[in-house]
Amino acid sequence: MNNQRLNCQELIGNLSDYVDGTLDESLCQEIEEHLASCPNCRVVVDTLRKTIYLYHETTRQPADLPSPVRERLYRVLNLENYLQH
Amino acid sequence: MDNNAPSISVEALRQGNRQEFARLVEAYSGPLYRLALKMLGDPQDAEDALQNTFLKALQNINSFEGRSSISTWLYRVAANEALMMLRKKKPEVDLGDTENDDENGETYMPIEFTDWCCLPEEELVSAESRRVLDEAIRRLPEKLRVVFLLRDIEGLSIQETGEALGLSETAVKTRLLRARLRLRDLLSVYYAERLQKVAEAE
Repeated sequence: MNNQRLNCQELIGNLSDYVDGTLDESLCQEIEEHLASCPNCRVVVDTLRKTIYLYHETTRQPADLPSPVRERLYRVLNLENYLQH
Repeated sequence: MDNNAPSISVEALRQGNRQEFARLVEAYSGPLYRLALKMLGDPQDAEDALQNTFLKALQNINSFEGRSSISTWLYRVAANEALMMLRKKKPEVDLGDTENDDENGETYMPIEFTDWCCLPEEELVSAESRRVLDEAIRRLPEKLRVVFLLRDIEGLSIQETGEALGLSETAVKTRLLRARLRLRDLLSVYYAERLQKVAEAE
């Protein structure tokens, strides 16, 4: 990591907003200038994006409730009459 | 959050309408169970937390003031339930520990710098990788874990996550960044090994 106008620590501090696309444009530009000459930060940005993508990708399907868990839940809540199979 | 979730009438819930309560349970039991399972790591504990969440929601529906959506409120009840169960199991853990971290403003600095993005998709989402992804979440401190789960797994906004946990948006952002960076480090250790194995096999 190297020293520039925006240092590595400042870049890391803004990383969530940067990868979520919620960072203001001038700061984005500073980050991109930093990334152009800092391979380690580039790896961190790329692998952080991939990390978030992987968690999204592996939980994209609707959350599954196992049938026995569902049946016991409905019983505890006295909702047996509303159990649809 | 599930954008296809049905609209629930809070008024009907307050009046004790069982059908409306059943609709609420049907819509949110899946996501709330997933949250509890990923928070607690144990199916029996997750089931207990799920049941308690709906029992408490039903008991306390009159205290729901409508400042947040019903789903955010349910996530709040569920997150409190899971955190309380963790506290009971491990009373020695100081759940306030990240409170100071939020204030001192110290940034968590990454320690792993392997670029594993080029791994093939079947490696990245293999059954083993999925177990590593889950295990990494469980290794996060509770207060970071709950923020990550609400924001990045359940898809609540920063504002909704703050409402669900009684945190400012700044605190949510700080914890989310820390959680993501820690997960990235944890995954980097595993995927760097996979990268080496793939290279050796070629």
